[in-house]
Amino acid sequence: MSRTTTVFNINEELIFEKSASGKMAYSLPPLDVEDDTIEALLEPSLVRGEIEGFPEVSELDLIRHYVRLSTWNYHIDLGMYPLGSCTMKYNPKLNEKVARLGDLSGVHPLQEETLSQGNLELMFQLQVFLQELTGMDAVSLQPAAGAQGELTGLLMIRAYHVHQGKPRKYVLIADSAHGTNPASATLAGYDVISIPSNPGGTIDTSLLAERMSEDVACLMLTNPNTLGIFEVEIEKVAEIVHGRGGFIYMDGANFNALMGYARPGDMGIDVLHLNLHKTFSTPHGGGGPGSGPVACRQILAPYLPVPRVVRTGAGYSLEESPGSSIGRVHGFYGNFGMFVRALCYILSCGRTGLREISETAVLNSNYIRARLKNHYALAYHSPSLHEVVFSDKKQASNQIRTLDIAKRLIEHGFHPPTIYFPLIVRGALMIEPTESEGKAELDSFIDAMIAIAREARESPELLINAPITTKRTRVDETRAARQPILRWSPPAEAPPDEST
Amino acid sequence: MRYLSLTAEEKLQMLDAIGIRRVEDLFAVIPPAVRLKEALKIPEAWAESTVLDYFKSLGKRNASSERHGYFLGAGAYNHFIPSVVDAVISRSEFYTAYTPYQPEISQGTLQAIFEYQTLICQLTGMDVANASLYDGASALAEAVLMAQRITGRSRALVPPSLHPNYRQVLATYLANLDFPLDELRLEPSGRLDLNYLESALDDRHAAVVVQNPNFFGVIEDLKAVSAIAQRHSVLTIATVTEAISLALLQPAGQLGIDIVAGEGQSFGIPFNYGGPYLGLFATRNQYLRQIPGRLVGQTVDTRGRRSFVLTLSTREQHIKRERATSNICTNQGLCALTASVYLCALGKSGLRQLAEHNVKKAHYLKNLLKDYVVFSGPIFNEMVLTCDEHPRKINRRLFGEGIVGGLPLGKYYPERSHQMLICVTEQNSRAQIKRFAELFKAVEVAK
Repeated sequence: MSRTTTVFNINEELIFEKSASGKMAYSLPPLDVEDDTIEALLEPSLVRGEIEGFPEVSELDLIRHYVRLSTWNYHIDLGMYPLGSCTMKYNPKLNEKVARLGDLSGVHPLQEETLSQGNLELMFQLQVFLQELTGMDAVSLQPAAGAQGELTGLLMIRAYHVHQGKPRKYVLIADSAHGTNPASATLAGYDVISIPSNPGGTIDTSLLAERMSEDVACLMLTNPNTLGIFEVEIEKVAEIVHGRGGFIYMDGANFNALMGYARPGDMGIDVLHLNLHKTFSTPHGGGGPGSGPVACRQILAPYLPVPRVVRTGAGYSLEESPGSSIGRVHGFYGNFGMFVRALCYILSCGRTGLREISETAVLNSNYIRARLKNHYALAYHSPSLHEVVFSDKKQASNQIRTLDIAKRLIEHGFHPPTIYFPLIVRGALMIEPTESEGKAELDSFIDAMIAIAREARESPELLINAPITTKRTRVDETRAARQPILRWSPPAEAPPDEST
Repeated sequence: MRYLSLTAEEKLQMLDAIGIRRVEDLFAVIPPAVRLKEALKIPEAWAESTVLDYFKSLGKRNASSERHGYFLGAGAYNHFIPSVVDAVISRSEFYTAYTPYQPEISQGTLQAIFEYQTLICQLTGMDVANASLYDGASALAEAVLMAQRITGRSRALVPPSLHPNYRQVLATYLANLDFPLDELRLEPSGRLDLNYLESALDDRHAAVVVQNPNFFGVIEDLKAVSAIAQRHSVLTIATVTEAISLALLQPAGQLGIDIVAGEGQSFGIPFNYGGPYLGLFATRNQYLRQIPGRLVGQTVDTRGRRSFVLTLSTREQHIKRERATSNICTNQGLCALTASVYLCALGKSGLRQLAEHNVKKAHYLKNLLKDYVVFSGPIFNEMVLTCDEHPRKINRRLFGEGIVGGLPLGKYYPERSHQMLICVTEQNSRAQIKRFAELFKAVEVAK
């Protein structure tokens, strides 16, 4: 049976185009206080007129609008999402239910701590588990996403060096790193020095030794890195960096490969962030919210953001005194709703389950690697863990590029892998199945990839024109960037008819 | 493990295909010295029902809007959330989707964000809004950094009436960028002292920041602020924590504001103990290429049909790396969707009505407690009250009747240790407001 079918779905205008004056999908209770006019309460110059073009729809209009839009999305509950470095695992339904418990979600961030003991305990408990999983000494849950975690970690490192009397100038970053790493380094006031990878796909330690100096604040690495390869010389790397008084920051985007097998704290990492929306199953939400807790060794703990959740004799409290802290990075305490889901996940999986998760993620990835390596060019031959990177090298002779393979995969019923990343692999196809997929789904994905490799040779036009069975075919990205239309505007009034 | 699907038999088949015997062999690349030798100190898996009970028991140790009345705002507001909001955002198609990098199979998310950008433009009167930032505080920090890129200047003016937490986040972001912040002053009305602004501001400044309504609940004269700033080619950044006010107050776009950076929690997002919230960000067309974060644009597909796509990504970290306009990648996509559904549900007249109810209810209380009101300036739904007793004492009395009171200001402003910031929304009934006023004054009653 073919995986995809011609889908019945309904076209839908923009909500503004469905709007009709007088409709509403809301009912406000009658006003039970004095009904003065607004003009009697506020100077008229402060008050706006009506919001031009703002939508007016009924409740059913509204529901149909969003349900129709929703049917045009691919999503994890529909099928495998093999995006490398994104860890698109299943988002358990219990997480969602728990996060919506009114007694957890209805808590105001500034109410007295004595009235928020349940939420504070929840955060403290999550901190403890994340410390244990990473082998670190302290955790702050505050950063709202991975990139903010990176910034937080770098600011902590900077604060440490400033405290030592010398802020240092540079951050070393592996050339396979996520783009957020150098962007965060700039924001933290550092200049970036890139460290090329060696032919095995890991950090070139002789180059690292050359570029490491007392002007370098830290090395940023990802482990396993974005090629899915474990930094096998991590002990040597740590020796080189620590030897010159630098720190190692680890981007924990790929932590899903390591749970129960290895801990950053045991491999010389000084500070890292975790992505709760990757490893800990909180949903990606079509682009967020995420959550990027930071974990560190004792030496950097004084610099963690405030407030910190601490256990006191009487219960839990928010420790606000700044001390050496870098300060606050979030308006309140971070994306609490994601903490609820992540803790729920850890408790639901347990220690054996978490280890089995990393094990299965690595097994799934290696199974794909084994079955596809004769059909697509492996970028690196070193053993890989939770993800594997191929390229379009074998298909290039048929004028087929990675983008074409990705788009054709959509017609075979799958979301494409991460493409053109990491940048060090030309035409990269980066595949991360996660532990969530069973063998049948993996086989079906593998069969689709093999079929595409064949199509690339036999009927390349199928790839070049793909996708054609989707809601939209390939879109004109150049036009979007050159003539930006970033909002709906009411249609211009028709010009007056000159004949009358 | 109910989240895993492989059978023992399937595992063997897969290991066979890989050509190894045990799954542990795949981890052999990890040097033995750094391998974890003992089991994690984490309990074994709990049953679903056990987990649920645990979280319910935690919830019982909180006060929550589920069981209590709230007169607490200060950056997080208690508004009613229509049922349609959760119905839409609970759809897997939205919440389990990734960032819409593949437009052909992400038109749902993309169109929804395009609509969100439009709604924010309509509310703020600005030309362009991004697809969201983390929260109001980091949105403000991004706005100040953007002002630095636009003006090439590294200094800004901030008022004491800026949310203290936003101020702290801003300071953290600027800590290493050699970017000083100069303090503005307030008038007795609670508004910015414009004469002082005029004297403090000069052409070294990139921007003046103004919160509206400000942290003390007072509505500012944004037009007067921006007029002063413009004379020195300084940008004006308006930040808002109570976004419902956008439905009633003059839009920033008509008041000479250059960047709006604020918090969208009021638009259908629960308290959530402070997050996830929604960073609003909007500006003028001329600054388009300096915007941080994602943007969705309209284009056509190969068949000429209207389509939506992430655009102008050459500003972003995955293309520009260390030269990007911001390091942000993951934003608050689902919260932006939440806000859109909420705004569309209320619609043009519902949102206006709601804003008016907030103003009228707040004024009802203001009238009951007029002798305690600290600032004379106009207010939206928050105000500062002087307390006869320690604010915490009043709050304890209120809590005895199931009411979570205001925010004691002493922690943020030592000179205001006898004041509290309170908020009234449509969720507070007349009877509850009246009772609040009585309990607030209970000392006097007892006398």
